[in-house]
Parts: sequence; structure tokens; C-alpha cells
Amino acid sequence: MIPENLKANLEQRIAAAITHREAAVDVMKELQRHYGWLTDEALEEASQLLGLSPLQVEELATFYEMIYRRPVGRHVVHVCDSVSCWALGGETLLESLAKLLETESGSTTADGAVTLLPCSCLGNCGEAPCMMVGEKQYGRVTPEIGVQIVAALRLRDGSTNS
Amino acid sequence: MEQILLKHTHHGRCLSFEEYRFSGGFEALAKALKDMTPAEVQQDVIDSGLRGRGGAGFPTGKKWSFVPRDLPGPRYLICNCDEMEPGTYKDRVLLERNPHLLVEGMALACYALEVHHAFIFVRYGYEQAAGNLRQSIAAAGRSGFLGDNILGSDFSLELDVHQSAGRYICGEETALINALEGKRANPRAKPPFPAIKGLWGQPTVVNNVETLANIPAIITGGPLLWKNLAATPEAAGTKLFCISGHVVNTNCFELPLGMTLGEIIDGPSGGMRSGSRFKACIPGGAATPYFTEAHLGVPMDFDPVAKAGSRLGTGGIVVFDQNTCMVAVTLNLIRFFARESCGWCTPCREGLPFVRHTLERIEAGRGESNDIDILREHVHMLNYAFCALAPGAMGPVEGLLRLFYDELEAHILEKKCPFKKQ
Ligand SMILES: Cc1cc2nc3c(=O)[nH]c(=O)nc-3n(C[C@H](O)[C@H](O)[C@H](O)COP(=O)(O)O)c2cc1C
Ligand code: SF4
Ligand code: FES
Repeated sequence: MIPENLKANLEQRIAAAITHREAAVDVMKELQRHYGWLTDEALEEASQLLGLSPLQVEELATFYEMIYRRPVGRHVVHVCDSVSCWALGGETLLESLAKLLETESGSTTADGAVTLLPCSCLGNCGEAPCMMVGEKQYGRVTPEIGVQIVAALRLRDGSTNS
Repeated sequence: MEQILLKHTHHGRCLSFEEYRFSGGFEALAKALKDMTPAEVQQDVIDSGLRGRGGAGFPTGKKWSFVPRDLPGPRYLICNCDEMEPGTYKDRVLLERNPHLLVEGMALACYALEVHHAFIFVRYGYEQAAGNLRQSIAAAGRSGFLGDNILGSDFSLELDVHQSAGRYICGEETALINALEGKRANPRAKPPFPAIKGLWGQPTVVNNVETLANIPAIITGGPLLWKNLAATPEAAGTKLFCISGHVVNTNCFELPLGMTLGEIIDGPSGGMRSGSRFKACIPGGAATPYFTEAHLGVPMDFDPVAKAGSRLGTGGIVVFDQNTCMVAVTLNLIRFFARESCGWCTPCREGLPFVRHTLERIEAGRGESNDIDILREHVHMLNYAFCALAPGAMGPVEGLLRLFYDELEAHILEKKCPFKKQ
């Protein structure tokens, strides 16, 4: 269940919209921020708030790249695999991170700390290769720098044991 | 070279609202509200020759003139900042440096279109740009440039920022309208065009960020002064070119429309990196056919680029050097488009994965000679898809077939990628 104040905030957002469903992406994002991913419970809550059926919310949730309908780690690392980054070694970056994390691109580490995902162009092509951790963008990420950034995430978590 | 969009960038940070006002910001809006009718503002935009900067290059004033002013109910303006086409990052740079220009441009466009509620659709990952916009909108509201009875006139306007959750198709204008309404962002059938029946069924104009950011300068200096910022008599205004790939300065530059490709690469882009020679480039974002050395003299303006077999698109130039395999580049682009296909229509949903698969086999040395025919057929067939994503996706494949046929054939004959060191 979401806390009352979050619920009140979302109700306010929905009331300000021209039609309720206009607020659907905002509501899904906020619920995802709360739960870590868009759980079945969150989907149900979103549908009640928006006055849509769960199926209608599902139809939206599965459409967007940044809405997760499956559990993700505490940190989500997106590595751009589009053309400008690819031309400057984006593939090597993704491989280095997968190796460091002992996981495959598209998966979450065994300890649930980091999910590593390839993604479409981050709109930062002049600073290729690029990646994004949560909502923070990083440019000119050599494999060495990328490995440092991701290692630092795990240190911060205190979960360096995998 | 005179700049109007990025002229404040020497600060290296976002221009403050006060700085913008101090440098003449919102004078165009004040002038329009005081001395011009909405029709006169629209006429200036028509006279300027401004063409849309979002990819299709449609004349902006003409698009506005399609909007019926006598239908009951509201009209809407949507600013398209979805910007998810690989190689394109100009709208982000513009908004990170000067969001106020867009706010003023939108206010002017809304005045011309007699719109009272407008939206800015921002992609995910552009948190800074969206934050800047929200601050600018709040500041403009406090200073009486937005809200009710702007500067004491009868004109009122509300601006809202919508932040998306990521999908390239949301940039297509009818898909964008569905996304904004909170529906699954598949494109809608055209006609009816959004100008007649758009957001919530009402007349709607969709314009790109850069397009709208040009309006203040057109109103302040007049359409001719603005038009003449271009490098050739045929072109109009400046353009943001965002450069990436194997050149020295991979940056976003505001340049006169009509500069040649070679001038852009050797000038502001600083030429090729050491050890690199120019082989080819994507001239206008991921959906445009390649240019080669033979095209370095082409003026980078809508019609000359089209005449040379490609499209000016978004102005995102991605440069490749002699060591780049063009089959691999094309495969990378097709992987993007196949992933971003919205799945609505069969030719694109099924066709793009098939093209991807074919290119994968060729690149891996397992291609067969009839694969080339398969690629050719798809270039033709995907023109019949429901929206422009699929034909756009085939732009690079068409370029590959036309300009790099030998390279493609070598992959098949030698049963390996000639560029891979084994
Ligand atoms: C698949 C696809 C993606 C698009 N993405 C964008 C985009 O991110 N930004 C944009 O301004 N236009 C985009 N467009 C073009 C828009 O449909 C529309 O033409 C444009 O926003 C109109 O603005 P303009 O006339 O100012 O260029 C896209 C078109 C297609 C087919
Ligand atoms: S062409 Fe592709 S993106 Fe466009 S409607 Fe068809 S499936 Fe969707
Ligand atoms: S291609 Fe990687 S940020 Fe654009």
C-alpha cells in the first residue's frame, strides 16, 4: 500500500489533468519510485487512482522503456547502444560492466544491487559513449570510468560481496 | 556568424530569466501583443521561410494556416521535445542553455494560433531540460508573460510540461498526441491531420523545440533579417547541427543553413580525429540515407540534401572513418528501429526484425546473394507501413545498397566482415 501523502499528491496531480488518464505516466513513475518497480499491487493502485482498468494501465506500462514490470535492482544502469555511442566503443563499455557485475546485459546481479540494461540513444551523442544511472547521465564513459562508477554504487550500498 | 539560438552559451550554464530579459528577452512578445494581430505574427512566420526543425521540414507558417479558427472548443499547441532519434541532441542543448527562448517562442506561436493551453512533451533522461523549463515557466508567470491577461492584453496562456517514460515513436506527432492523452502511443491514421483533429479531438499544432525557439527572432528583427542568416539565398535562418562520431569536436553548433557538409566537418567540427579519414556520415539523424566523400560539397539545407538523395532530418550528423563497416552501422541502426517499432502494423513489426536478421547474417559472414534482393524488397515494401518510422528505418538500408554495394557484396562473397580483424 502507498502512504497517504503520496496518494494525496497523486490525487492532486490527477485532479489537475484535463482527463484523468493524462496523468497516467506521472502516476506510474511515482508508484515505481515508491516500490522500485511497477508491481502488480502498484498497477492495481494506479488503475484505481486513474479510473482505468488494470489492463488499460498494463497496456501503458508495457509500452514504455522506463517503466519496469519486473523487479529491478536498487540501481538501474542503462548503457546506450545506439549509433554514436556504438561508433566510439559503447559495446566494449557494456561488456566491461557485465564482466564487473558478473551478470549479463539485461539482468540483475545476484545480490539485487544493480540491473544492467542496454538502452536507446540517451540524447547525449556528443559525449559518447554514454550511460545513465537512475536519472543521472554520464558522458565520455570509457570502460575504466564506467567500471569505477558502478563499483562506487555498490560500495555506497555496502554490498561489495558478490 | 550570427547566432540567435545559442548566442548566450559563453556562460557555460543555463541563462537566468533575468539575464534573458536583460538581453532583450520577451520584447518580441511585448511587441506582438502591442502592435501586431495574430494574423500578422503568422504572416511574419510564413514570410521568414521557417521550416520545421523536427525532421520533416514542413513550412511552419503554412502548417499554422491549416488550423481552423472557427471550430467550437479549444485549440492546442504541443512542443515536441521527444528527441530520441540516435545522433540527435540539439533540443537538449538548447533547453539546458536557454529554456526562456522556447517559452517566449511558444507564447508567440500561441498568440498567432489563438491557443490558450500548450504542452511541452519532454523525453525521459532530460531532467535538466525539464527542470529548466519548469523554472522558466514559473518565472515568466511571475513577470506577467504567462497566465491570465498577459501584459494587460486579452491574451491568456497556460504552459504545461509532460515528461515521458521513453519510446521513440512518441516523437511521431499523432503517437505523441495519444501519449499525452494517456493512451498507448501508437500513431493515428492521417487524415484527419492534427491541425483539424488532434489533442482531445481539437485542432492541434505540433512543432519541434528548435522551430518554436526561432519565432522570437523572427518577430524582433523581422522575417527578412532572420531569413538572411542563412548561407545561401534559397535557405532560411540558422540550424542547430549536432555532431558526433569520429571528428574532433563532437558538439552542437548553430550554423547558417546551407553551409556545405565539408565546411561543417572541417570547420566547427575540427576535422577528423587523428588517424581517421572521412568515409561516410549520417547527415540528419538515424533515419536518413548516408552521405559519402562525394557529398562533402552539398549545402546542408532541406532541398539540396533531398536532391542529393538524403534528408536534412534533425541535423544530427554522425561521422564515420575508414575503419567503419557500413553493414555494421546499418545493422546497429536497424536494431534500434526494430526495437522501437510500436508494433501497430504488420510490415514494420515483422519486416524490421527480418531486415535485422538478414543484416546480422551478412555481417556474420553467413549472407547469401539473394539477401541483397530481400533488403531491396523491404526498402520498397516498408513504404507501405502505417507511419513514417518504417520508411525512415529503411533510409540507411537504401543508402547502404546504393552507396556501399561493393562492401555489402564483399561480406557475402568473402563470407566474413572485411573490417573484422581475425
Ligand atoms: C518515428 C518518428 C519520430 C519522430 N520524433 C520526433 C522528435 O523526437 N521530435 C520532433 O520534433 N519531431 C519528431 N518527429 C516528427 C514529428 O512527427 C513532427 O513532424 C514534428 O514534431 C513537427 O514539428 P516541426 O514542423 O516543427 O518540425 C518524428 C517523426 C517520426 C515518424
Ligand atoms: S510503421 Fe512501425 S512504428 Fe509506425 S505504426 Fe507501424 S509498427 Fe508502429
Ligand atoms: S547514440 Fe548514445 S547518446 Fe545518442
